[in-house]
Amino acid sequence: MNYIHSIGKYFNMLRSVFARPERLKIYYTRTLTEIETIGLNSIGIVAILSVFMGAVISLQTASNMDSPFLPKYTIGYITRSSTILEFSPTIISLILAGKVGSNIASEIGTMKVTEQIDALEIMGVNSLSFLVLPKVIAAVFFFPFLIIISMGLSILGGYFALMSANLASHDEYIYGIRAFFEMGDIYYALTKTAFFAFIIVTVSSFFGYFTKGGALDVGKSSTQAVVWSSICILLMNFVLTQLLLF
Amino acid sequence: MIQIKNINKSFGDLHVLKDFSADFQRGKVNLIIGQSGSGKSVMTKCIVGLMEVDNGSILYEGEDFSVMSNKERKEIRKEIGMLFQGSALFDSLTVEENVMFPLKMFTNMSKKEMLDRVNFCLDRVNLSGRNKLFPSECSGGMQKRIAIARAIAMKPKYLFCDEPNSGLDPSTSIVVDNLIKEITYEYDMTTIVITHDMNSVIEIGDNILFLYKGMNWWTGTKEEIIKTDNQEINDFVYASQFMKNLKEKLKQEF
Ligand SMILES: Nc1ncnc2c1ncn2[C@@H]1O[C@H](COP(=O)(O)OP(=O)(O)OP(=O)(O)O)[C@@H](O)[C@H]1O
Ligand SMILES: [Mg+2]
Repeated sequence: MNYIHSIGKYFNMLRSVFARPERLKIYYTRTLTEIETIGLNSIGIVAILSVFMGAVISLQTASNMDSPFLPKYTIGYITRSSTILEFSPTIISLILAGKVGSNIASEIGTMKVTEQIDALEIMGVNSLSFLVLPKVIAAVFFFPFLIIISMGLSILGGYFALMSANLASHDEYIYGIRAFFEMGDIYYALTKTAFFAFIIVTVSSFFGYFTKGGALDVGKSSTQAVVWSSICILLMNFVLTQLLLF
Repeated sequence: MIQIKNINKSFGDLHVLKDFSADFQRGKVNLIIGQSGSGKSVMTKCIVGLMEVDNGSILYEGEDFSVMSNKERKEIRKEIGMLFQGSALFDSLTVEENVMFPLKMFTNMSKKEMLDRVNFCLDRVNLSGRNKLFPSECSGGMQKRIAIARAIAMKPKYLFCDEPNSGLDPSTSIVVDNLIKEITYEYDMTTIVITHDMNSVIEIGDNILFLYKGMNWWTGTKEEIIKTDNQEINDFVYASQFMKNLKEKLKQEF
């Protein structure tokens, strides 16, 4: 019953978020700022994670290929497909749910408990749209770029791992990377990412916005934001994979 | 002029406002006093619509606020300036940006006009030249004054101040009180001030309302509060021996 109530509240919130903005110019500058805080500032962590993720995937694949009948380029092929289809969009989105989600929930939650949101409302500003919409736009447009970076770096990480361990040759890996490539896979991954970005921002904003109490409750909201955006990402991933791949 | 008619507000079992009615007049400083936790903040939040009342009506110049659509409410809110108990400054913005915020959001002023207005408002609260500080770099009293500057930036028709001088030293407190009084007369605003400061009560209270047990227990002017024999008021306002003596003195004067 409580969950149903929250889900209703969430969709009600979305309606306010997408209300017509009061001042386009202010929204525009806010969106640019948000691209910096939730997008550009995440490049570092995404890069580090992706390189190591790719390295481990390729090593795991190589170590599991005992059969002499399997060509070496399979390592490259598997590294590429698993990275593009699943690891980059989903795992990186989960990481971003942790980093960006907690950031958003605590920012909005703090504004809530210190009455800054009331101050916005009193001025006649639609606080939900003002605070959340720029974040949604920034994330939905920028996360796909992060994921593209992640895909590239993962594959690169796989390359370095294999080369340094001498498990495949340069040509074999590159051949595998290019084998049976379909552009559709990338579109599929980026579509998923855009959905995940939307989930991360709106779910985290939801928990931040409806924080009640004080600093301690802001901490709780931020934890809940991460937990629930992760759960929603996994559910959404399942649904989208069903819809888009079959 | 704001009229409140029989509003009720409860949180679960806690009945904070009981059939509360009041008139707040234009061009006057309307003071609200009452014990901590008696519902003063809740009442102001109900008046401006940050909290919904359970029943009763709130009239702005005769128009019922409680039945208005969101759009109509927004129009009224643009004429409201509010100072929150905890200042509620935007902590990601500088002092200047805080005061400029409503201007940017709702007016078509040029950058220069906005800056002039900001400097004028900051000057009124004795904070000129502090434009580039962040709220976290300001003292509590400064934050209060910045919040007042922000509240008056748009020349509001209605001004709500929740404890404008708590946490201020006596002399700054008087500056703030006088500021509120002056702008109220100057812009012919309907001003509602919640206060614990008995100095303000005597200095600026054109109309004083004593909130007790969720009701409008007593209303009167500053002269009347000195003369009143109302037991609850006397227990509240003239709690200390010093205030009791003061009251006797003042009584003789008036
Ligand atoms: N959001 C809320 N949910 C539940 N109870 C609340 C809420 N806000 C206020 N209350 C309760 O309403 C009562 C009145 O609170 P209010 O903040 O109006 O007091 P106040 O008169 O402003 O006190 P103070 O002078 O200390 O600021 C308190 O008992 C408080 O616990
Ligand atoms: Mg209060």
